[in-house]
Amino acid sequence: MAERVSTPSPAGSPRAARPTGRGPGRVLVAVYGLFALSASARAGVQIATKFHEAPVAYLLSALAAVIYIVATVALARSDRRLAIACCSIELLGVLTVGTVSLLDRAAFPDATVWSGYGAGYGFVPLVLPVLGLWWLRRTRRA
Amino acid sequence: MTPHGLGTAVIIAGLLAAAWCLVTTLRRRAVGIGELAAMAAVEALVVAQVAVAVWHLATGARPRELPTFIGYLVAILVILPLAGLLARLEPTRWGALIATVGCLVIPVLIVRLNQVWTGVG
Repeated sequence: MAERVSTPSPAGSPRAARPTGRGPGRVLVAVYGLFALSASARAGVQIATKFHEAPVAYLLSALAAVIYIVATVALARSDRRLAIACCSIELLGVLTVGTVSLLDRAAFPDATVWSGYGAGYGFVPLVLPVLGLWWLRRTRRA
Repeated sequence: MTPHGLGTAVIIAGLLAAAWCLVTTLRRRAVGIGELAAMAAVEALVVAQVAVAVWHLATGARPRELPTFIGYLVAILVILPLAGLLARLEPTRWGALIATVGCLVIPVLIVRLNQVWTGVG
């Protein structure tokens, strides 16, 4: 039934970077995929049904969705530079949008994934890029 | 959503399955046939819940945000099979953690489905 987990042996050159989509990384890819799915669906519904109500918020939703999709693919395929770029943009986005949404509620009449630092999603959008960057750093060397 | 009992059953089953998978994760084991069976049981309840929701829609009942509601219905159907597949692809404790997260998403989606149906939140 349940099998014992062995520690990964350093295969290949010891200085080569480890793949980012295996082990704990697979969990990151799964959660990123989940957010890619939900953010795209939400942005799609918002833009299709009520774009005129809050165009800026909905375009930000769409931007967040695209970044989650690219981050998912980049982490799964060990494209480190792209993954670092996505996680950094995400962290910047959630901090900026989170702060602005609290200071000026009128600017964001409807919620985006990043409003209130991702409070509507259990603050996962805030934790996720930090975890991603940490994981990318940890897998730099085998 | 009329059958509150079914929704509650899905939430409790999802939390129990999540707890089991979390224990497996903490014991540093990969998911086995037991965890997959538990996830399948939750999925059976989810399918029943989605069938009830579709029947309500077919008989003319309308949630406040129909597209969102349908999106959540599709999502709740595919989450556990995808989580199970990923958990099998990663036969380590991290696969068990993926299964845990997948099981936890189910109660969240049931709550959101209820909110969208009644127009709260």
